[in-house]
Amino acid sequence: MTGQTRGSARPNQWLRNLNAKIASIPMILTAVVIFLGGTAWTVLYSFTNSKLLPRLSFVGLDQYERLWAAPRWLVSIENLAIYGLLSLIFSLVIGFVLAALMDQKIRFENTFRTIMLYPFALSFIVTGLVWQWLLNPQYGIQSIVRSLGWTSFNFDPLYNSDIVIYGILIAALWQGTGLVMCLMLAGLRGIDEDIWKAARVDGIPMWKTYVLVIIPMMRGVFITTLVIIASGIVKVYDLVVAQTSGGPGIASEVPAKYVYDYMFQAQNLGQGFAASTMMLVTVAIIIVPWAYLEFGGGRKRA
Amino acid sequence: MKLRSLAAALAATVVLPFGAANAVDLEVTHWWTSGGEAAAVAELAKAFDATGNKWVDGAIAGSGGTARPIMISRITGGDPMAATQFNHGRQAEELVQSGLMRDLTDVATRENWKEIVKPASLLESCTIEGKIYCAPVNIHSWQWLWLSNAAFKQAGVPVPKNWDEFVAAAPALEKAGIVPLAVGGQPWQAAGAFDVLMVAIAGKDTFEKVFAQKDEEVAAGPDIAKVFKAADDARGMAKGSNVQDWNQATNLVITGKAGGQIMGDWAQGEFQLAGQKAGVDYTCLPGLGVNEVISTGGDAFYFPLLEDEEKSKAQEQLASTLLKPETQVAFNLKKGSLPVRGDVDLAAANDCMKKGLDILAKGNVIKGTDQLLSADSQKQKEDLFSEFFANPSMTPEDAQKRFAEIIAAAD
Repeated sequence: MTGQTRGSARPNQWLRNLNAKIASIPMILTAVVIFLGGTAWTVLYSFTNSKLLPRLSFVGLDQYERLWAAPRWLVSIENLAIYGLLSLIFSLVIGFVLAALMDQKIRFENTFRTIMLYPFALSFIVTGLVWQWLLNPQYGIQSIVRSLGWTSFNFDPLYNSDIVIYGILIAALWQGTGLVMCLMLAGLRGIDEDIWKAARVDGIPMWKTYVLVIIPMMRGVFITTLVIIASGIVKVYDLVVAQTSGGPGIASEVPAKYVYDYMFQAQNLGQGFAASTMMLVTVAIIIVPWAYLEFGGGRKRA
Repeated sequence: MKLRSLAAALAATVVLPFGAANAVDLEVTHWWTSGGEAAAVAELAKAFDATGNKWVDGAIAGSGGTARPIMISRITGGDPMAATQFNHGRQAEELVQSGLMRDLTDVATRENWKEIVKPASLLESCTIEGKIYCAPVNIHSWQWLWLSNAAFKQAGVPVPKNWDEFVAAAPALEKAGIVPLAVGGQPWQAAGAFDVLMVAIAGKDTFEKVFAQKDEEVAAGPDIAKVFKAADDARGMAKGSNVQDWNQATNLVITGKAGGQIMGDWAQGEFQLAGQKAGVDYTCLPGLGVNEVISTGGDAFYFPLLEDEEKSKAQEQLASTLLKPETQVAFNLKKGSLPVRGDVDLAAANDCMKKGLDILAKGNVIKGTDQLLSADSQKQKEDLFSEFFANPSMTPEDAQKRFAEIIAAAD
């Protein structure tokens, strides 16, 4: 077959590697119809006043105006920003430090790695419930410390509107850093031993080797980790539902929960679609530069 | 995955009836899962099973906010149950308009629902474009203040007779280590408590102007300002009730850890289940003891359109069973709600229910907010009041401004 194609005068671009193209038709259809089609449908209907059932009566930007005037949406965005920024920084830093420690050829490394990775095997709902109990002032950490004698000890982040988002952050870090650590560890293991030897010969202190040599070499791992963490941040929902269900009041609301509540509880699909379109825009802002760097920029260099 | 297994379970229930003639399984979904509610729904199941059919219980935990989306997506997604609970009013409006629900007018005319259902507003809420689409099963009123007699005894103050006395007694309760007012964290509880304060303090006319006519000037006016002032008091009194579900909040009152709770009459079922006696262990004040008016919202069963004829017939049987006098009495006694027909004998009713029946007979009734407002406006109200109750730095004036905006935008 290849011989025939090569033999013809002008090989048709579209018919090259036909079998592979036929085989990928289902995947292409899925991507186009379900992902792109669904997205376009959602964006289209976000400009309508659909209530319980979708209907095409356009109201322009009304849904978006209402969205950006809703205090709950603004709180959600603010929470997402705080949660996102801090969980990005902390999970990268903690994950990398743990991985670097693990990389010192310690004993029982397997055991430690398993322990660190275990929380990741739990769902967000379970994580949320566990931390809801731990942070409950009547049963959790506060009551244990108080029973040890420090009776004025106060630690109830989930019941304080000002710091509730940090209570959620703690649970998220506990769950997520294990995975970051494993990714980082894989990256560290990919670094050639000779680099370490060279650094040692030159007498460069270890921390400096990490910061100036090793981390720049791990660029690919860092970008992958970043994308995994970032997409986890944008879609955070179940953790909040399990820990606080958005409370106290609306202090720990997040955008994904706004979408769900308005689509299904308030029976206002238009409003929910508008909110989810805004979430899509957020994700696009994160993904597009990354894709450009990884694929567009990469090809030029190669 | 879940849907598929549900579908499989449903398919299994479809196959069965061909073997056993006449006995039809009907899956009925509802969100009655607390102790008192479950006991009440068992009465309905018993009554329906007695007709030779089988009630397949589809309880969905987590109150209406969680259950309704599941029910609606099953109906719109082409996997309808045979009957489902909604609060009658506007929750199922669009489902009916798009032809997914079954018209019950035949059953209703045959059994003369227009005559027996009292007050008439209940059946009106089931009627869309002249056709009847739901069978009301009970009247639930929101306007109750439940008080723990033990808590007030412990604090050394007499049990209040109205809202003002209750507010005045709050410091004494706090001193005794009792939370004066239990409010659970679920958003609908805060919003509901506000609606109750509104009828009690601003009166029936203002309530109707705001919620029925959506008069935004009244909503921004001095009468409602007074209501927000009272809500501010309530917010201060509710500090420290760190519970989520309404029945956990009721439990605080039952155990005397909280002084009182503003909650609908469904709370009564919990008191009953805990073996408490109205007037002895707890006190109830309809209309917060200020303005004895009750709303006549409630629960109703809606029947999705089914293709299976056997099942459609059984749906009719279920609808008529729900309104039978015996079912009404048995169900409502357990549930703590009032029957939808005025001609049944509720001799076994306790003090609180009798108070409710009295008010009902006098005709001091209003429509519930679920009947007046769309789910969208209700949700916005919930967002506002859950924030207001949790955030002491939000002033009543700011909250009122936002409230007026919601009313102005309501349809």
